[in-house]
Amino acid sequence: MSMRALFGCLLAAAMTLVSGAASAHPHVWITATSELLYAADGSITGVRHAWTFDDMFSAYAVQGLESKTKGAYTSEELKPLAQTNVESLKEYAYFTFARADGKKERFQEPVDYFLDYKDTVLTLHFTLPLKNPVKPRQLVLEVFDRSFFIDFQMAKDSPVKLVGAPAGCQMKLERPNDGTASAQKLNEQTFLNGENSNFGMMFANKITVDCP
Amino acid sequence: MKPQLSPLARGLLASAAVLLVVAVTDAALHDLLAQNPFGAPRPAQAAEPEASGLIGWLLAKQSEFYRQMSSTIRAAKSDGSAVWTLLFISFAYGIFHAAGPGHGKAVIASYLVANRETARRGIALSFASALMQSLVAILIVGISAWVLNATAKTMCKAEGVIEIASYALIALFGLRLVWVKGRTFIGALQATQPVPAMAGVPHHHDHDHHHHHDAHDHHQHDHGHDHHHGHGRAHHDHRHDHVHDEHCGHSHGPTPSELAGPGGWRRGFAAILTVGIRPCSGAILVLVFALAQGLFWAGIAATFLMGLGTAITVAAIAVVAVSAKDIAARLSAGRDGGGALFMRGIEFGAAGLVLLFGVGLLFGYIAAERTTCF
Repeated sequence: MSMRALFGCLLAAAMTLVSGAASAHPHVWITATSELLYAADGSITGVRHAWTFDDMFSAYAVQGLESKTKGAYTSEELKPLAQTNVESLKEYAYFTFARADGKKERFQEPVDYFLDYKDTVLTLHFTLPLKNPVKPRQLVLEVFDRSFFIDFQMAKDSPVKLVGAPAGCQMKLERPNDGTASAQKLNEQTFLNGENSNFGMMFANKITVDCP
Repeated sequence: MKPQLSPLARGLLASAAVLLVVAVTDAALHDLLAQNPFGAPRPAQAAEPEASGLIGWLLAKQSEFYRQMSSTIRAAKSDGSAVWTLLFISFAYGIFHAAGPGHGKAVIASYLVANRETARRGIALSFASALMQSLVAILIVGISAWVLNATAKTMCKAEGVIEIASYALIALFGLRLVWVKGRTFIGALQATQPVPAMAGVPHHHDHDHHHHHDAHDHHQHDHGHDHHHGHGRAHHDHRHDHVHDEHCGHSHGPTPSELAGPGGWRRGFAAILTVGIRPCSGAILVLVFALAQGLFWAGIAATFLMGLGTAITVAAIAVVAVSAKDIAARLSAGRDGGGALFMRGIEFGAAGLVLLFGVGLLFGYIAAERTTCF
């Protein structure tokens, strides 16, 4: 018996507790497509997202909403919900993070937003204008939820579009594999190592656009 | 003086151990702070953490089970046997879910360690709080969605209010534990001072150092809901029998019969309430989804099974926490003053953990299972 043994016990107990608070799993799944919007002069003015929610969350979100046809919702009927969505998303910075040549860029409040309901799932459409349009060599756009309450996955087909981009711009999308594979890459070290501690980063979708 | 460590050195060691726990927790909190939605994104890591890892596996498993729930509920609409699948998935999800996120088990385990509870009580507390969690989720959805046909916005707001309340409860609960355990710890520190020093120390409560044999410190039952604990002590009245603090090294905590006395449930009620008041977001989503499918009863059954699974995991963790502490107690036995001091230090540290969790959750340093309304 030694004090070291006691420290060991104590540390093990502490780690059990701490690691418990550290992890979460997604409750909402979003399949996203994103468009990068370019002005005529080749500068990037904003991002247009279309986020399709999973059917469980969609059912939750439309709970209690009035509709003319049962089980069907028009964009008009979903207007208040869309309003709530974009207002609430502000707190989370719209889960969209842009860097132009390494410098962080900010977005204005969303415009042209609406929801549609098709095949029992909701899709939220909205445009995020950049506060200041930029014309960088490299733009990095990341879409993810740090707390991993929401699992973002870029759509399989045409996940990212460059709308009106100058010729010669190259787009690259890095997916977080799929949620499962990424999750398995995490281990206890992830939570002890400060550099890896930004848990949601593991699940980031990273869009990189290089322009000449 | 024994040839080994002096009581003072041991006291310092114990304090260092507590500090270590606090430091580890603190570091973890700061790591979690980085997840704040307001923070700036960090550059992606070049080096991927290695594969495997318990947490990753748990995360993957629970995600897998959770995602199967919606399709299983849909299937249950036409095929009754899918309900069995749903129940199994819910149960499995509960088991994995509790092993991963959530602060419930952290609070329960810390509470058990701080309060010298038995493993059996730990199991009972785990099941009771998980049952309450299930009931709260069913009540929220049953009343707001089913009876009042409230919107998700309203429901989520209600959830948010309950969430804040539960965090505040944890913080209060922790604060109380810290107060009680801090006093005992200080008492133990003073008790291990060399005799002359001890005689010279002006005690604010002269019996402080007698009581670290057990949680008699509960006699401050005039603090808020504390009386749940205070009165629960069956032997509360005869604490004067235990004034021989030299027993600290030999007997550890109350015997099960002492705990099984009347009022035992009332004592644990604060812990059950603190943990159980906060429903799991997953359960709420499943319930609303089941309601939308016209299978609310299936959602209710699934919620209870989730709760059962959760209870099993939390109970296992509670048993581990209690056993670890028992081992520590046995190891420190025989080191008269220092051993007792060490145990009081652990208890104080555990109490501090509860407080840290509460404060961390309340002020958003910990984003575990945050309810995202949108």
